[in-house]
Amino acid sequence: MPAPIRLRELIRTIRTARTQAEEREMIQKECAAIRSSFREEDNTYRCRNVAKLLYMHMLGYPAHFGQLECLKLIASQKFTDKRIGYLGAMLLLDERQDVHLLMTNCIKNDLNHSTQYVQGLALCTLGCMGSSEMCRDLAGEVEKLLKTSNSYLRKKAALCAVHVIRKVPELMEMFLPATKNLLSEKNHGVLHTSVVLLTEMCERSPDMLTHFRKNEKLVPQLVRILKNLIMSGYSPEHDVSGISDPFLQVRILRLLRILGKSDDDSSEAMNDILAQVATNTETSKNVGNAILYETVLTIMDIKSESGLRVLAINILGRFLLNNDKNIRYVALTSLLKTVQTDHNAVQRHRSTIVDCLKDLDVSIKRRAMELSFALVNGNNIRGMMKELLYFLDSCDPEFKADCASGVFLAAEKYAPSKRWHIDTIMRVLTTAGSYVRDDSVPNLIQLITNSVEMHAYTVQRLYKALLDDISQQPLVQVASWCIGEYGDLLVSGQCEEEEPIQVTEDEVLDVLEGLLVSNLSTPVTRGYSLTAIMKLSTRFSSVNRIKKVVSIYGSSIDVELQQRAVEYNALFKKYDHMRPALLERMPIMEKTATNGPTEIVQTNGETESSDSKHMPSIAQPANQANDLLDLLGGHDVGPVIQTALPTKPASAGGELLDLLGDLSLSGGPAPSPTPSVTISQPPFLLDGLSSQPLFNDTAAGIPPMTAYNKNGLKIEFTFERSNPNPNISVITIHASNTTEADMTDFVFQAAVPKTFQLQLLSPSSNVVPALNQGNITQVIRVLNPQKQQLRMRIKLTYTYKGAPVQDLAEVNNFPPQSWQ
Amino acid sequence: MLFRNFKIIYRRYAGLYFCICVDVTDNNLAYLEGIHNFVEVLNEYFHNVCELDLVFNFYKVYTVVDEMFLAGEIRETSQTKVLKQLLMLQSLE
Repeated sequence: MPAPIRLRELIRTIRTARTQAEEREMIQKECAAIRSSFREEDNTYRCRNVAKLLYMHMLGYPAHFGQLECLKLIASQKFTDKRIGYLGAMLLLDERQDVHLLMTNCIKNDLNHSTQYVQGLALCTLGCMGSSEMCRDLAGEVEKLLKTSNSYLRKKAALCAVHVIRKVPELMEMFLPATKNLLSEKNHGVLHTSVVLLTEMCERSPDMLTHFRKNEKLVPQLVRILKNLIMSGYSPEHDVSGISDPFLQVRILRLLRILGKSDDDSSEAMNDILAQVATNTETSKNVGNAILYETVLTIMDIKSESGLRVLAINILGRFLLNNDKNIRYVALTSLLKTVQTDHNAVQRHRSTIVDCLKDLDVSIKRRAMELSFALVNGNNIRGMMKELLYFLDSCDPEFKADCASGVFLAAEKYAPSKRWHIDTIMRVLTTAGSYVRDDSVPNLIQLITNSVEMHAYTVQRLYKALLDDISQQPLVQVASWCIGEYGDLLVSGQCEEEEPIQVTEDEVLDVLEGLLVSNLSTPVTRGYSLTAIMKLSTRFSSVNRIKKVVSIYGSSIDVELQQRAVEYNALFKKYDHMRPALLERMPIMEKTATNGPTEIVQTNGETESSDSKHMPSIAQPANQANDLLDLLGGHDVGPVIQTALPTKPASAGGELLDLLGDLSLSGGPAPSPTPSVTISQPPFLLDGLSSQPLFNDTAAGIPPMTAYNKNGLKIEFTFERSNPNPNISVITIHASNTTEADMTDFVFQAAVPKTFQLQLLSPSSNVVPALNQGNITQVIRVLNPQKQQLRMRIKLTYTYKGAPVQDLAEVNNFPPQSWQ
Repeated sequence: MLFRNFKIIYRRYAGLYFCICVDVTDNNLAYLEGIHNFVEVLNEYFHNVCELDLVFNFYKVYTVVDEMFLAGEIRETSQTKVLKQLLMLQSLE
């Protein structure tokens, strides 16, 4: 059989192949030749054949029939054979092949070979693909090699040990004694690998970590080495662009990071050296930046002092100004991680971050956008929002949804004024309207209803936007809802904020009808506009036109639309007397926290949907409430109602109060709104409005007051104006105790004059701890529809030093803003 | 640049891309330097390396890799040392 062709020629011939098919043909021919050659057990050319096989394997062709041949090569004595054999083993064999175990013995022999290169080869192979069984068998040998004086081998042995530990963590202890001397090496290579080994050990096992921290005094050693590296000046061997052995520096920093995490002593020892590295490394090249980056990561993770952290964040800020995209990307990612903890420091770099929004690279833009949202706060909201809205205009579609949601959230939290808020939302809707999330429509509607004074302005702007463009569905939905609600304001042309426009009723109806027939409107939008038209029937005078429109849609194909139209029709025909009441302007909605149906707030302020779930820790018998009334005798007092009372409170009668009583007693499940004569909305008008969470605006600056201060017990009232209904004041009482003994079984009761209604929610606890260590809070809601001056009688009972104490007081000094 | 739970760090040299796959927690910039170091060694060893050199001598390239990286970590960073070893190994063949 002729000698098999040389590797070079094979490669050359394969590269000349023009098509896949040609190449495959050549390879198959060669594979056949190789296989027959293997069968002949020819030692001389085996090496060449296996090399060719490996090349074909790299190209992607199956080469498993060469595995046994690799083993034979390894067993041979020639170095070249061994080399190719081990290479083949590393490429072709891995844990999944059964053949690899046969290698174990060969490797063992080679590990004890006289030539260091053979030993090195064996270590390499073991380190690359050793399975757990192999590692277990050979770990002893590796450990022996760790202690040799040959630095070439020590390096390889150290990394091999790393691999062994990764595969078989239990063997870690075996390597422990060998590590003792590792760090006193002069040879950088060995030092480097030992640091890696130590890192691996510390990462794997917390016991090791504590061991190293305490016994070995590792940290000072590492600090010393690092210092030497920086100070030592020029060393040609390990120098990279003027910095001595950056790889070693980085690795040491990494190990320091692991050692210093949540450990104060180590962190302290490291502070100086970290500061030194941070300031002395030059940043003109990527190398310096790499070291600085690692330093920053380390500073962030250990318990460093705040000056150091600020330094780290400044370094990151400098990175942002760098031209290299990689560095900017890295800086933005790390800033994102740190913005939670070091908010103020990151704020300083806000303008740079905002500039990054304009970068061309997509991943940088995305990171910058996330970071900008994290940085928004009350002070910078206007400026930031301008930038973000500009970004929204010009960014790619995949960002728009996230950006729009982010803008909404930020605007909700930090809006400086209602008008600004509405303007911002309108801007988002007009620019990125089709990308906003579905639930933002009801949120927006709820927001608009809350800002009562802005209704005219809002509806005018929405109308104008609608005239321009009806393709963006969320905008159209919100606009049609508003026109339906506030159409009369639109037509009457009164608006303080802007130039009022003259709109006639017919024009408005034209627009709404246009929405109904347009192809751009989704079914949901059509539903919105039909409902809006219907609502206008009470607000406008041209009822006939509306009747006509509604009756046309009674035969629409869309079931939803048809149902609505039919019901509205029925409203016109049979229930015309109810129509004005039904289609009255919607009251301000409260957001509910549960996902149940929307609760429409009754003007007496009873929406108990979510919050009143907690069962009180105190059960007050009703007769105590009666006592209070008796004691207060001659005054006109209304009943005291406490939530979740098991017994009925004493009431002065009146159907409305019984209603309150029922509602408050039900406590657990959300009470459904009972249909009363004044306000009820038939369910189909609630379509499209999903539930919204509860929130209370803190009123601007109603000063808190001290209601009672006697015997060491101090009760303070703080006020909030309940946003959905301006007649409700929400008072939070804070009870604190300046004496040296606790006050237990603390109960707070209150009564108000008859024109008010009071509701007491459950307190946070019934123990007032001594010496102002804490306080009890309890929320009172007072309904004051007649805007009379608020007066209150309070009764306090508690147990102090074993003796029960009772006290009564009258509170008259409510600040005027709280009840006006 | 994110791939399952690893990161891919790459650098382009003329028509070739050298890629390294590392953990998410590792320092990107340091490994970029590692790539550069490796390419410089290749350059020295093959005397102005070009793509064909890498193709025809792939087993030698593997040797260089083994000298510089092992068990997934950087092993030797000094170019002079690596080159000395490689020349020794070559002489054994």
